[in-house]
Amino acid sequence: MKRYSDPYLAGIGIGLVLLTTYAVAGRGLGASGAFSSVLAGTFDDWVVLELAGVAAGGFVSAWVSGRFRRAIERGPHLTGNGRMLAAITGGVVMGFGAKLARGCTSGQALTGGALLAAGSWIFIATCFAAGYAVAPVVRRLWR
Amino acid sequence: MMPLSETGALGADGVLLTAPLIGFAFGWFLERGGLGDARKLTGQFYLNDLTVFKVLFSALVTAMLGAFWLDRVGLLDLDLVYLPETWVLPQALGGALFGVGFVIGGLCPGTSCVAAAAGRLDGLGVVGGMLIGVASFNAVSGWIQPFYESTSLGAVTFADLAGISRGMGVAIVTGIALAGFAVASRIEGTRS
Repeated sequence: MKRYSDPYLAGIGIGLVLLTTYAVAGRGLGASGAFSSVLAGTFDDWVVLELAGVAAGGFVSAWVSGRFRRAIERGPHLTGNGRMLAAITGGVVMGFGAKLARGCTSGQALTGGALLAAGSWIFIATCFAAGYAVAPVVRRLWR
Repeated sequence: MMPLSETGALGADGVLLTAPLIGFAFGWFLERGGLGDARKLTGQFYLNDLTVFKVLFSALVTAMLGAFWLDRVGLLDLDLVYLPETWVLPQALGGALFGVGFVIGGLCPGTSCVAAAAGRLDGLGVVGGMLIGVASFNAVSGWIQPFYESTSLGAVTFADLAGISRGMGVAIVTGIALAGFAVASRIEGTRS
């Protein structure tokens, strides 16, 4: 199993992908929008195809690096079932929040943030603030 | 001149064809950076692994500087790139809920797909939860509508609101990111 690459290199890679997206498609990256589309029965819009590509890219990268592994990533105090329950619960809260904010880490923080969109920076600020506020409360999930 | 989608250089089908290719590259770099691992992501909130901040802000600054300068030299017309609209209160509350869900679930929407694709069942759990969350929102959307449509400012940048130039906004974000990188390496230095 190979080590992960330097976070700054991965970040620059993602930044160049995002820049390419602006230049080619006149829009940015997304993720949560694909969940909305799929629930609406739309499977052939830009963001659904993009997210399918994300899964494919993630799979190939993990596979060629020996990191593909059937497992449940969890903190030391959590059972597999406990972790799955937390994953689903977190997903529900996040899905609701992403709808309310009209985007997630991809569509708001990254895409809008790099374009200086005011609302995207509000999203970044409250997301990190709430994350740090709640992290001590749910510490047993991870530490 | 770019964006290719807006100048007619690339038709609708061509733009659609770029989606899986762009997604593939995005997923590839997310996985390589370790962002398919929930324990690594949540390390951000306990200050023992600041990968999330480093990847997010180096990506953001790269794209921001690239877009700014391509626009400045006349290769990319940023006015033709879709700027996400601003809705102050819905985005403030939505961002806060998102942050809470992120710490509980350990993955964000894009990275949950990477985790699931790399064999991690907890990634699949977050994907399932996301679907339930989005469906729940849709179920109560009529009731939420007034709040959802409130405090709209349209497609504006924070530079517009502050009355400063885009270049000054870009410089401020770059400065914040560089300061953040310096702080991140200090924090990690004291913990490892």
